[in-house]
Amino acid sequence: MEVVNNVAEKRRKKSTAPPNEIITMTNVCKAYSTGAPALKDVNLHINRGEFVFIVGDSGSGKSTLIKLLLRELTITSGFINVMGYDLAKIKHRKIPKFRRNLGVVFQDFRLLKDRNVYDNVAFAQRIIQKSNKEIKKNVPSILAIVGLAGKYKAKPRQLSGGEQQRVALARALVNKPTVLLADEPTGNLDPKNSWEIMKLLEQINEGGTTVIVVTHNREIVNAMQKRVVTLKKGVIVSDEEKGGYIDED
Amino acid sequence: MRISSFFYTLRQGVRNLFRNKWFTLASIATISACLFLFGLFYAIVVNFQHIVRSAEEGVSVTVFFDEGIEDTRIQDIGESIRKRPEVANIIFISAEEAWDSFKKEYLGEYADGFTENPLADSANYEIYLNDVSMQSALVTYLEAMDGVRLVNRSELAATTLTGVNALIAYVSVGIIAILFAVSVFLISNTVTIGISVRKEEINIMKYIGATDFFVRSPFVIEGMMIGAIGASIPLGVIYTLYNIVLEYVLVRFPMLADLLSFLTVDEIFHVLIPVSLGIGVGIGFLGSIVTVRKHLRV
Repeated sequence: MEVVNNVAEKRRKKSTAPPNEIITMTNVCKAYSTGAPALKDVNLHINRGEFVFIVGDSGSGKSTLIKLLLRELTITSGFINVMGYDLAKIKHRKIPKFRRNLGVVFQDFRLLKDRNVYDNVAFAQRIIQKSNKEIKKNVPSILAIVGLAGKYKAKPRQLSGGEQQRVALARALVNKPTVLLADEPTGNLDPKNSWEIMKLLEQINEGGTTVIVVTHNREIVNAMQKRVVTLKKGVIVSDEEKGGYIDED
Repeated sequence: MRISSFFYTLRQGVRNLFRNKWFTLASIATISACLFLFGLFYAIVVNFQHIVRSAEEGVSVTVFFDEGIEDTRIQDIGESIRKRPEVANIIFISAEEAWDSFKKEYLGEYADGFTENPLADSANYEIYLNDVSMQSALVTYLEAMDGVRLVNRSELAATTLTGVNALIAYVSVGIIAILFAVSVFLISNTVTIGISVRKEEINIMKYIGATDFFVRSPFVIEGMMIGAIGASIPLGVIYTLYNIVLEYVLVRFPMLADLLSFLTVDEIFHVLIPVSLGIGVGIGFLGSIVTVRKHLRV
């Protein structure tokens, strides 16, 4: 899959991070107003084109990490840079532009329920003000990639969980993002559909997109032999190339 | 913004009305109910004001002159009165006119027995006020004038009308305050429902990278349309209702038609249409901005 993103490239050149580094987290801490800190001294460096699993049990800080990368939350201390954007300092009005380079897929799909498959995917293109002509060209082609070309008129409720996740994936990819964040993408799917989604993510990664997958799925993590970052109680306890799922005990 | 994006936004705003049918209906019903009460109250109040104003216009002060006064002095007095700000109109009635009018009204053919004008000293000015509450001040001024023998006035009519005017003003302020409080309560409840309906949709848009403007625009268009529809319904109802009630009153109680002067529906709607539409669209605009703003900081 071809990845074209000049804006991200220009911003990256301006940042002090190594040329190939697309995500930099240095001594990142995140504390909520109540309770223990969700993340403590997290150091994470992800290069362009990598495929990374973020694993850990409930409460380990995975969701907080993904929210920080999406700039849904801000860090309490440390440094975080994604695609050349300093997320501690980014202005509110710049956030939409930042997110347009970042595809995102959630466990619960988060599709617009009252719109059909085509409109859900086209919506991402409308946001970046693509012309109708471009939308008519790009949407069918991305739907073909995720295997839903024949179901473009269907509403989300008429689709299986696996199909809904493919729509979410198509929506995340149609704007050709530099980074794809997938938060428990197989959490609501059966093993067959889970594997199909993971194969698609692998295929997308082979096209050059950096893919970060937060998951609980031990079987998939162990089988795919990708980089695995393990979080435990807000701390990175392991970061291995071709790693596996580390049990809590 | 591209033209295609503009039309897309407009289309989405219209579609939103049908996507969330119950929310749309609840919002329209709330705005309609508030504006119906407002319109009804407005129609009643302006009619009252109109009736009182008509009555005020009929209240006059009459000024009689000293015996043997010269015509030039009468003219001077007239000029001085005309310059007073509370005076709307002043009419001079000569002694002959006064006698003719008296004969016509009370004596008829029996007037033939009179060879001289018994009302020789009855030349007077009839003064009509534009503010009846100023009657006392005017009378004091007139009584102090050189050449003025007598000033006749209707104290009871003046004080009654002034009192009615004040009462209408107090009642208007009171009812407007109550209507406003009820409207704010109902509309804030509707907005709260709107927030729960929209939260997920707004979040999705923001995650994909929509700007605040892009997210907000369809909702604002939707809100303004709800406001416009919500204002049009009570306007239609009040228009029909007003005509029916007015016709019923005039047919059933013709005596009232002689005594009281009602405004026509067009005179009322001349003001009510722009005000109601302004309030409706304004509420829709502000309501949608408030609903969406809360979730834009994702």
